Amino acid sequence: MSSSIIHIQEISKKYKGADEYSIQQLSLSIAEGEIIGLLGPNGAGKTTLISMLCGLLKPTSGSLTINDLSFKQNSKKIKQLIGVVPQEYALYPTLTAYENLMYFGCMYGLFGKQLKQVVSENLERLGLTKFAHKRVDTFSGGMKRRINLIAGILHNPKILFLDEPTVGVDVQSKKVIIDHLKELNNNGTTIVYTSHHLTEAQEFCTRVAILDKGIIISKGTPSSLIESTVDAHNLEDVFISLTGLALRDHA
Amino acid sequence: MRKLLMSAYKEMLLLVRDLGGLAILFVMPLVLIITVTLIQDSSFKIMNNVKIPILFVDNDKGDLSKTIQNNLEESDIFEIITQKDNIDLTEELARTAVLKGKYQLVVIIPKDITIDLQRKVSQNVSKILSELGVEEDTLRNKELISAKEIKLYFDPASQKTFKNAVMNSIDKMIAKIESKSIYSAFQEEFSEDGVENDSSLDEGNFITFKEINPKEGGEDIFPNSTQHNVPAWTLFAIFFIVIPLSINVVKEKSQGTFVRLRTNPVSYATVLGGKIITYLIVCLIQFLLMLAIGVFIFPYLGLATLEVGSNFIVLFLVALFSGLAAIGFGILLGTLAKTYEQAPPFGATAVVILAAIGGVWVPVFMMPQFMQTLSNISPMSWGLNAFYDVFLRHGGIVEVLPEIGLLFLFFIITVAISIFYDKKKRAV
Repeated sequence: MSSSIIHIQEISKKYKGADEYSIQQLSLSIAEGEIIGLLGPNGAGKTTLISMLCGLLKPTSGSLTINDLSFKQNSKKIKQLIGVVPQEYALYPTLTAYENLMYFGCMYGLFGKQLKQVVSENLERLGLTKFAHKRVDTFSGGMKRRINLIAGILHNPKILFLDEPTVGVDVQSKKVIIDHLKELNNNGTTIVYTSHHLTEAQEFCTRVAILDKGIIISKGTPSSLIESTVDAHNLEDVFISLTGLALRDHA
Repeated sequence: MRKLLMSAYKEMLLLVRDLGGLAILFVMPLVLIITVTLIQDSSFKIMNNVKIPILFVDNDKGDLSKTIQNNLEESDIFEIITQKDNIDLTEELARTAVLKGKYQLVVIIPKDITIDLQRKVSQNVSKILSELGVEEDTLRNKELISAKEIKLYFDPASQKTFKNAVMNSIDKMIAKIESKSIYSAFQEEFSEDGVENDSSLDEGNFITFKEINPKEGGEDIFPNSTQHNVPAWTLFAIFFIVIPLSINVVKEKSQGTFVRLRTNPVSYATVLGGKIITYLIVCLIQFLLMLAIGVFIFPYLGLATLEVGSNFIVLFLVALFSGLAAIGFGILLGTLAKTYEQAPPFGATAVVILAAIGGVWVPVFMMPQFMQTLSNISPMSWGLNAFYDVFLRHGGIVEVLPEIGLLFLFFIITVAISIFYDKKKRAV
C-alpha cells in the first residue's frame, strides 16, 4: 500500500427536507491500490457516500479530496481520473453494446483507433465480442452488468467506484466481473465498492468499512475484523454482530 | 467538438431505433398537412371568390324576387339554383335538399310579395300625405295587408357566422328595395297630384364604403389554403418534436445514463448540444419535406402550388429559429417532468394549445380580442407571422428579424431555465 489517494475529512450529508443525517462526521483515507468495500445494511449511507466521492452529491459539511484534488476546483480533472459503475444499468437499451461503449468511451476523451481498440479488448475480456452488435435491451442481466462495468473502465481509471456491481447476476457472470476487477487492481486501479454480498467482499476486498446510520462502525481487513469479533467465522458474522438483526426498511 | 458530434450521432441512433417516434416526427405532419389543406381548401376558395351554391324558390315572380335574386348573384358569393332537373324548385324539394346537407341554404320568396309590398308602401305614403292634408283619406288606406315573410332554410351544420352574414345581406337588400318603393310611391303620388316628377331622384346610397386590400406588385395579399397550411403545419410538426425530445430527456434521467454522464468529463452543455443538433436537423428535414409537399405534391391534388420564389434562405432561417424554440421547450419539459408518464401527455397538450392560440387552426384575426392578445405569447404565432411575412408580404431578413429574435430568445430562456432547474434539483 502507498499514500492516500482518497481523503475524507469529517463529511456529513443531510438531504433537503430530511430529519436525519445520511452521513455523519465521516472520516476515511483510502490508499492507492486498495480494494475497499463499503458494507452496511439498507439505508446505512453507502450509496450517499459513493455519490459524494463521484461528485454526484455535495457534502453538507466536511471535505474530501481525490488524488489531492477537490471537486470544487478540479471537477473535470477528477472525472478524468475516476470511473463509475452505478448500481442501475446506465446504458441506452436501443443501442448496441458497441455503440454504447463507443459513446461513453468518447465522453472520456478516447477517439478513433484507440477507442475502437479499447472497446474491442474489453468486450473480448468480458466475453461479449459476439454480442457487440446486438442491442442492449436483448441482453440478460449478467450481460448488461458486464457492459455496465466496461462503460466505466474504458479510460483505464485510476480510481474505480462500483455500486453493487454484481447484484442480480449469475455465478458465471459474477466470476468474470470479479476476476476482471482483480486484474484492474493488479494494474494499479484503486477500487471502492459497495455490496450486500459479504462472502464476495471477504474474498475480494483488501479492506472493508462497515457503515450503519451514516457512520463507520468498524473498518479493517476482513481477516482482522473476523479475528477481533467474538464467535465470528466470516464477515457475515462480523456484520450481524455489529449491525444486529433488526430490519432496516425505509420508505 | 468530437464529444459534441458523438453526442449528436448517439441521439440520431436513438431516434432511428425509435420507429414510433420517427412516425410522429415525419409521417404524421405529412398526413396532417395534406388532409387539412384539402379540407380547408374550400374555405379559402370561398375567400377567393368561388361561389357557394344555394337554392332559390321564387313563388312571387315579381320585381322584388328578381331584385333579390339578382343581388344574391351579383354578390359573387352565391351561385343561385332555381331549378332541379329542369323543373322549378318547390319549397318542399329545396327544404329536403338542405336537410340532407346537399346545400347550405334555401331562400323561399313568398307569393305576391312584390304586389303586397307596393300596396303596403302606397298605403303608408297615402296615409302620410292625408295626414299632411295633401291628399284625402281613402278606403285604400284602411285595407289590411298582412306582413310577408322570406323563409331561409339553413343546413343545420352551417356556421353561425355564415347564417348571420346571409341574413344581414338579405335584410339589407329588402331595406333597399323598400326605400326604393317608398321613393317611387311618393313620386307616383306627387305626379298624380300634378307635381312635377323629378326622374333624376338619386336612389343610391349617399354613404358607401370601399374595401381596399393592400397590394404588392398588383396582387392581393390573401393566403390561399396552401400559403396558410404549409407554414402553419410545418410549425406544428416542428413543435411536435417537443414530445419525443422531452421523452428523450426523461428517459436519460430514468435509465441512469444521465447519472453516468454527470460522472464523465463532459459538460451538460455538450450533452444538450448533441440533442439540439440532432433535433434541429429533424426540424429542418420536416421543413424541407413540408415545403416539398407544397411545391410538388399539392398541384397533383388540385391544390395551389406553394410559391417559394427567391425567399428560400429567409424561410430556412425562420424554420431554423422555430426549431430552436421548439427544442428549448422540449428540453424544458423533459427537465421539469419527473416521470416518463408525465412528458408525452403534457407535451402534446401544450403543443396543441400553443398551436390553437398561435393561429395554426384558426387565423388569429378571427379570434376574440382576449385570445388575439393571448396569441402573442405563442412561439408558433411568431413563427407563423414570420412565414406570412415571407410568403404574403415578400419580406426579407429584416422583416422577419423581430420574430426570429423572439424565437431565439425563447430558446435561450427555456434552455437557461432547464439548466438552472436541473442544477437546483441536483443540490439535494
